[in-house]
Amino acid sequence: MAPSAVRSRALGVALQVALVAAVVGGAFWLVTHALEVLRARGVRSGFDFLLQSAGFDISEGWLDFDSGQPFWRAFLAGLINTVRAAVPAALIAVAFGTLLGIGRLAPHALLRGLCAVYVDTVRNVPLLVQMLMLYFALTQLLPDSMAAIELLPGVWLSKGGLAMPWPMREAGDFWPSRLDRPEQGGFNVTGGAVLSPEYLAVVGALALYTAAFVAEIVRAGIASVSTGQKLAAQALGLGPGQQLRIVVLPQALRVIVPSLTNQLLSLTKNSSLAVAVGYPELVSVANTSLNATGRAFECIAVVMAVYLILSLAISSAMNFYNARVALRGWQ
Amino acid sequence: MNRSSRRLASRPLWAALFATLALATAAPAFAGKVLDAVKQRGSVKCGVTNGVAGFSAPDTQGNWSGLDVDTCRAIAAAVLGDAKKVEFVPLNSQQRFSALQAGEIDILARNTTWNLTRDASLGFHFTTINYYDGQGFLVPKKIKVTSAKQLKGATICTQSGTTNEKNVADWSKAQGIAVKTVVFESFEASFKAFFAGRCQAFTTDASALAGLRNKEAANPDDYLILPELISKEPLAPLVRRGDDEWFAIVKWVPNALIEAEEVGITQANIDQLKGSSKDPAQQRLVGAGDDLGKLLGLDKDWSYRAIKAVGNHGEVFERNVGPKSVLKLPRGVNNLWNKGGLLYALPVR
Repeated sequence: MAPSAVRSRALGVALQVALVAAVVGGAFWLVTHALEVLRARGVRSGFDFLLQSAGFDISEGWLDFDSGQPFWRAFLAGLINTVRAAVPAALIAVAFGTLLGIGRLAPHALLRGLCAVYVDTVRNVPLLVQMLMLYFALTQLLPDSMAAIELLPGVWLSKGGLAMPWPMREAGDFWPSRLDRPEQGGFNVTGGAVLSPEYLAVVGALALYTAAFVAEIVRAGIASVSTGQKLAAQALGLGPGQQLRIVVLPQALRVIVPSLTNQLLSLTKNSSLAVAVGYPELVSVANTSLNATGRAFECIAVVMAVYLILSLAISSAMNFYNARVALRGWQ
Repeated sequence: MNRSSRRLASRPLWAALFATLALATAAPAFAGKVLDAVKQRGSVKCGVTNGVAGFSAPDTQGNWSGLDVDTCRAIAAAVLGDAKKVEFVPLNSQQRFSALQAGEIDILARNTTWNLTRDASLGFHFTTINYYDGQGFLVPKKIKVTSAKQLKGATICTQSGTTNEKNVADWSKAQGIAVKTVVFESFEASFKAFFAGRCQAFTTDASALAGLRNKEAANPDDYLILPELISKEPLAPLVRRGDDEWFAIVKWVPNALIEAEEVGITQANIDQLKGSSKDPAQQRLVGAGDDLGKLLGLDKDWSYRAIKAVGNHGEVFERNVGPKSVLKLPRGVNNLWNKGGLLYALPVR
């Protein structure tokens, strides 16, 4: 390497190191200075509050939570609720979105038109509006929870949500031994497992909204496979379904997966909108904690850290999958 | 679209974060500066609600009214000589504390409950209680409940970021009445869900329940406020620590309004009393006696202007939450100490 090239390379490295140091140093200064000012004004700060008892209840979720338990457990319950909403929503969005995307390329004009109308409408209305609309439609239209309707034996629908039988474990047993059947109680349907209207609205809105974006990604992916490939598949005598499954989709996935990752990341972060319709996910818990303790800085830091970790996890899982479907060898 | 809709919902969180970060850039010293800053700016910045009838709510023309609003107006009248020189900053319950900490506002008068955690750990001083409230329940009559004790198994709607959420948890534990709470970010969403029938009961401060039933219910007669109050909610304006002069002003102006009621000074008779009163207690409040204003860093007429602008505490109550208002709340514990209530003015002398 020529001496001048070595010099410029060293300069480049030095500049980058200086930049990183400036960014890290700046962030450090901002945080320490903020803490100093907070202390000077008599504002308590620090994460010690996470060990204090929360003092509020969380209405639903997989993790049993009681108001006497500490804040960290409330945050954990919130995180689990975020995942509880985001995962089913993602699965529905991908499945439904794929069907829509294929529908947008269908030879049948009516089907194509319907899919296009769906995508253009849903994609262009803010998610929050859709979520609120779905939620208020559910709570307005469903029957009163004191007069629930039984859809199937043991399955009840009302403003209290969708109640269904659920396996129950007797104390001491490892495996569930019987089904707990919901029954109409005084105020609400009791027993079994209940999906609240808040939960249904959140999952429904997230899934329907994201599906519209997934549809466009799938359509683009399929369109990216050259016509020659399709013609060749036809020439081999493959039927339309086989063409899609064997020839087109495997190639389209390479285009689809990276964009799909973005949509799944968006969906997870969008689940924070659930606070608007009363679903107790992470942001909702953080909001309550923030107010109970006044530790705005700390509560938001926890939320940011959790979303960052969730997003990184999703994106590495998707990258792993992407590496598997990527074209191997020469392209 | 994606991003903007997300921003909408997490706005309070972001606002709180930015307010906290703003602390980092503001100068730490505040002592004695708030009064100077208010005078220089020519207005008092007062943090209020986004709209809670009777306490702080804008009308269709954007004019604010309410009990908390009148507290701010009285302070502006005392300090700046004009009750209109108030800049109202609407804040939701999550934003309010950060906004005061960061110096965005001079006073937080946002029906805020005075409790130990808030008093001792947020860097604030509560001033003078302007309303004694308590948390209650609103239920539809059709569920045939007449006491909170009958709410076992019920679903209860409420708003996040308030003391209400924790009070319900405490009450349910202490009474052994298991209930389910559905918590909404905005007050509006919480009562809309209740009126849509999502919950059997709605809980918040009793004063707000009356306003909700009378203003928001399709038919107010279909709803009932249960007799039990499950908590004490002393509501008071608050200020940042570190400026004792400003703290004293915000403490004494509302106090003067209460004393004005005690000694019989009203908006209507104050001018006449200023000229003719022989009662030293009245004379001090109307600015005809000793000059107490200079002890607060104000002039002699500070309390005269405050009372002239909004009336005595009784008049403020009547106008905003009393029988003549939308809320139609009885005076109850908010009456003067010598009339069976809890209001007891510290002597202005």
